[in-house]
This record gives sequence, structure tokens and C-alpha cells, in this order.
Amino acid sequence: MRRVVVTGLGIVSPLGADIETVWKNILASKSGAGKITRFDASDQKCQIACEVKPADHEYGFDPNKRVDHKIQRQVDPFIIYGIDAAGQALEDAGLTEMDDATKLRAGCSIGSGIGGLPGIESESLILAEKGPSRVSPHFVHGRLINLISGQVSIKYGLRGPNHAVVTACSTGAHSIGDAARMIRDDDADIMLAGGAESTICPIGIAGFAQARALNSSFNDRPEQASRPYDKDRDGFVMGEGAGVVVLEEYEHAKARGAKIYAEVVGYGLSGDAYHVTAPDPQMDGAFRSMSAALKKAGMTPADIDYINAHGTSTMADTIELGAVRRLFGDAISNVSMSSTKSAIGHLLGGAGAVEAIFCILSIRDQIVPPTLNLDNPDEGTEGVDLVPHVPRKRQVRAVLNNSFGFGGTNASLIMKAL
Amino acid sequence: MSETADRVKKIVIEHLGVEADKVTEDASFIDDLGADSLDIVELVMAFEEEFGVEIPDDAAEKIGTVKDAIDYIDSKQ
Repeated sequence: MRRVVVTGLGIVSPLGADIETVWKNILASKSGAGKITRFDASDQKCQIACEVKPADHEYGFDPNKRVDHKIQRQVDPFIIYGIDAAGQALEDAGLTEMDDATKLRAGCSIGSGIGGLPGIESESLILAEKGPSRVSPHFVHGRLINLISGQVSIKYGLRGPNHAVVTACSTGAHSIGDAARMIRDDDADIMLAGGAESTICPIGIAGFAQARALNSSFNDRPEQASRPYDKDRDGFVMGEGAGVVVLEEYEHAKARGAKIYAEVVGYGLSGDAYHVTAPDPQMDGAFRSMSAALKKAGMTPADIDYINAHGTSTMADTIELGAVRRLFGDAISNVSMSSTKSAIGHLLGGAGAVEAIFCILSIRDQIVPPTLNLDNPDEGTEGVDLVPHVPRKRQVRAVLNNSFGFGGTNASLIMKAL
Repeated sequence: MSETADRVKKIVIEHLGVEADKVTEDASFIDDLGADSLDIVELVMAFEEEFGVEIPDDAAEKIGTVKDAIDYIDSKQ
């Protein structure tokens, strides 16, 4: 069977816009949260977010590095973040110059949960105020979810599968899992896979707040708001950014002497069939997606050393933990499980991808990232290493990455050291 | 250079992200400045906003160069 490995990484996040900066900040227990600066949020219930920082910030993002000026003007930020992260991943993999035959076997699977919400909001206002003749001709293709894959394929000439997943907060994990299957099934030798999101705009914040999903009692203490598993958690902190990995067929990577980070060995999917926003209290869907990923990997729970949890800083955190406990049994005493959403917030459609990157870096550096703000662990967390406050050096042979989305859609990925 | 020409060139530079010295009066939007048909729709909208004129579709289709745009706008003002 064709094996799939990871040979390149790229990231745009609230804690930096290159892999080493972000990882250094994560391991230094920094938080990317702050008051919303993108717009006046003073009338919002939630006034904080984890924003990608401007180019002049210590760890800011400069869109001019990899995205043409003209495209920046036409598209929503999630597409800009995605193009940049994809470019980083290709550079890291040494694949910016591919011959035509290689490009025919290289594709994209970069999705988003929501797509260009800020642009939909602003163009709707233009439509209402000035009429249809003032709506931008780039409105549609500057907001569409599959236009990261579209733009990246055009920029780099990638003529293999062109795919974009839309499964809310599971998007990033499904994108990587689906792309790995495309390589395994011989549709491609190389896939850029991941997700991106940028919905820090008035309607985005208001919409999630009205759905009672966002935090609302930490407006004066933004860095403490994302606190998975803590008793005082009261909703997620919205993040933004993109994560993209280069997946490559193992023999293809070996033949060109590529640096190999990890192997993608397991991918599980399931549906809750329960409720549009609330998780099934039994978390049977999460249990089944994790079980399926383990089965595909030919592993048992004792083989997993680290779980990057979905852990959004909502009531669902302990429900996910219950499903892990049920699956792992006694093996739970060996595993470390943390939520990096405590540091960078919830990247929604980008979350599964950036979290897969943190899993891969955990394998590379044999260290697991912390869960920030875990001051008073909630009931039900006893006996589980949730890596509070600071990272932990430990053996990391294999990792499990969970993502769950609105609509009751679940994805689990397992990666291991080669 | 006329005032109209200055303002047209400024819009072209901003929208197409091209170097100022490439935006000569005989430059073709598509052949010389890398625009596609949607970029031209956007440019025409920007000219309409900037100069307070209406440029109907049949007139917009005939605007191929920077000079075409300047001449059309001048003829309507």
C-alpha cells in the first residue's frame, strides 16, 4: 500500500507567521489573545479574539511576502493566509520548482469552515447603500472556500486533484485526511493540505456570540479567556490564520531525499446525528472517529503518546475527555493531552490543520505543548495529564489529533515518527 | 499631463499593482498591464466613482488603453 508522509509545513497564526516563531511562542506559553482591533467591538458581548498580528508586530504577518498585491485587494483574508501558508509549506519541502510531470501529480486540499465572511458582510453593506452596480466583480471568487486551493494551484501550476473541504471546525483535519487518501489511492504523489479561516468581523463575532459559543466574561482579561478544562471556562476565543502541510507519497519523498517529519497512519471520520451545535453527551461520534483512526493505523491506545484535543474552552471539553477515557482505558495514564486553542484561540476551519502541525512538531522535538490557564481543572479531569501551563518534555512516538464541528462532524488523525 | 490623466493613472497603479512608469498613455490594460476582463470591470467602477460619471457597458468594452479611459472621461466632463 502507498504510504503518506509529511515533508513540509506552513502556518499563519496569532502567535506568528512562520513555523519556528509560532512553535517557540507556543512552548513559551504565550497567548495570542487581545482586545479586537480589526473593528470597533464595543457593542459586542465578546470583545476579544486571537488576531493575526500586523507586519510591524514582533511576530506579525506580512502578506507581501508571498501574495501578489492585486490578489490581496480582491480576496478575503482567509485566502491570503492560505496562499502564504501553502507557499511556506512548499518552500519547506523544497518543492517550489517542480517539473511538469511532477506538477501533474501534485494537488491541493485546502478548505475553510465559513469562507469570506468579512467580505460578504462589507459587500452586502455596499449593495444596500449604493446598489448592485457597485458590488465588486471579484466578490464571488474572492470569498469562495475552494479559492485557496484554486489560487495556490494557479500560482504553482499544480494540476492534480483540486479539492476543498467544508466541515466547520473539522475542516483542517478532514482536509489532511482526505488528501492522504488521495495519495494512498494513487490520485496524486504530492498534496498541499490544510485549512484557513478569518471571521473576526462584526457579523462573525455577533453570530457565534448569539449561538452562545463564544466567551463573554473575560473582556478585561483576554489572555485568560481560552481555558480548556478549567472550571471557569465560558466559551471559545475566536482565532484566525491558516495551516498547510505538504503530504507526499513515501517512496516519492525518499527518492528525492526529502526531509520527512512524520507519517500519516490513521484517519477516522464519523457523524453524531444528534444536534447542530451541541455535542452528543456520550460523545459516541468522537469515540468512533478515534477508534476508526486507531484501527486504520493498526495501533492500540497504548501506542499514542500525545493527543492534541479539540478542547475549545466550552462545556464540550470534558465530554471529549470522557470519550478519550472510554477508548483509552488504563492507557490513559501514559498519554498527555492538551489544547493549543488555549494559546491561539479557535481557528475554526484552520484549527485541525495548525493543530496537526503542532502534533508533528511534538514528534520532531519530543515535547508536548501546554494547556494555558488551566488553574482549576474541572470535575472529570482527574488522572489525565492535561499539560497545564508549561510544555512537557517526553517521549512522543505517535500523536492523535481530534477535530469536531457544528453539524456533528468528527475527524481524527494519527501521525507517527517514521 | 492633464489632471484627469494623473487621477486615472493613480487608480490603475493601485488596482493593478503595477509600477508607475509602466502606466503610459498607450499602455493596454490587458497586453501591457496584466489585467483580465474582471480587472477592467473593477477599473471602470473605480473611474465612475472617482469622476462621478457613468460608463455604460458598451462604452466600457471600447476602453482598451489608459488613453481610451482618459479620453472617454474628458468627453463626459
